[in-house]
Amino acid sequence: MTRIAPAIAALLTAGIAQADTPVVDLTIKDHRFQPEAVTIPAGEKVKLMVHNQDATPEEFESYELNREKIIPGHSKAVIFVGPLEPGEYPFFGEFNQATAQGRVIAE
Amino acid sequence: MFSTAIIVFREVLEAALVVAVVLAATQGLAGRNRWIVGGIAGGLLGSLLVASLTQEISMAFEGVGQELFNAGILLTAVAMLAWHNIWMSRHASQLVARLKLVGTNVSTGQLPIYFLATAVGLAVLREGSEVVLFTQGLAAGGSESLSMLWGALVGLGAGLVLGGLIYFGLVRIPTRHLFTVTGWLILLLAAGMAASAAGFLAQAGWLPAQHPLWNSSDLLSQHSVAGEILHVLVGYQERPTAIQLSFYVTTLVLIALGMHLSRQRAPGTSPRFHQPTENQEYIVCGKSR
Repeated sequence: MTRIAPAIAALLTAGIAQADTPVVDLTIKDHRFQPEAVTIPAGEKVKLMVHNQDATPEEFESYELNREKIIPGHSKAVIFVGPLEPGEYPFFGEFNQATAQGRVIAE
Repeated sequence: MFSTAIIVFREVLEAALVVAVVLAATQGLAGRNRWIVGGIAGGLLGSLLVASLTQEISMAFEGVGQELFNAGILLTAVAMLAWHNIWMSRHASQLVARLKLVGTNVSTGQLPIYFLATAVGLAVLREGSEVVLFTQGLAAGGSESLSMLWGALVGLGAGLVLGGLIYFGLVRIPTRHLFTVTGWLILLLAAGMAASAAGFLAQAGWLPAQHPLWNSSDLLSQHSVAGEILHVLVGYQERPTAIQLSFYVTTLVLIALGMHLSRQRAPGTSPRFHQPTENQEYIVCGKSR
């Protein structure tokens, strides 16, 4: 029980924190990210709202950010990132890796 | 074509490795083929369904439905694998005895193989739905789509071949050691899945975000073939967080503990199954292994 209590507390605070998380928009078009460089404040949790304007699905993937998420065609998806230390974090679209490249810059 | 083959290969390999381990773990058990094939078929059907519902799943739970869905699938598979291992540790000695005696298939009657079949189905479902989405995208694409579909087939074949090699490697293990080895493999497989589930929960914001404990991507990339195999089989992660590591260790310890307790209560090599008696305390004391 002693282990469960802090876990629940963490869940609750995470839920509350989510409400006022800043949103950053990112678009996928013609298998490219726009913008290709997304600047976010370091040390803060940010909600990436990825809009896929292509007809085909894409998988947002970043080894550095430890994130992977499928975004269906003509739809959007939410990806939480951070808090991050200052630096560059590359990401890519796994289904169209040749063109779909981008990076998050935390500063 | 090449990049297509690689993407499909990765997804197929993950599922194929789980199937290979489960097939090895159920070696010589009557009716196992039917169950495992049933699990694979169910997973494939399910992946078509999941792929068609991607949009709905994705936007559920305020946009983190996909993460929660993945975490839920992984944790369910962990529970199935755990249950199997705990059951096996009680009955493995009987199975081995009979396998050696008869030398052919044994009908265990009570082996809950549907737990493993479910775990297989879930693994196929998770990877399969990604392949379905990906190939749907290819089919909707331009003139190159035919060569890319060939790439997908090459990737599928390569993933299956590698899974097959691992299976045939495993079944060369002598019968008396086979269940011990597959028991360990399933234990590590489950622990790795729990750590991946923790990753999805963190991505959903349901677990706190953390910096990775280390980065061993230079040493062994998780996205190389060897890294991928180790990721599935033993849960290797190049950038694990403290929460992921604790999910891994906790799962490992809990299942191992369950196996240990179950083994202590095992009724030896007698053919009795599940007979809680008043003498159980005696058995526990008298049979420390």
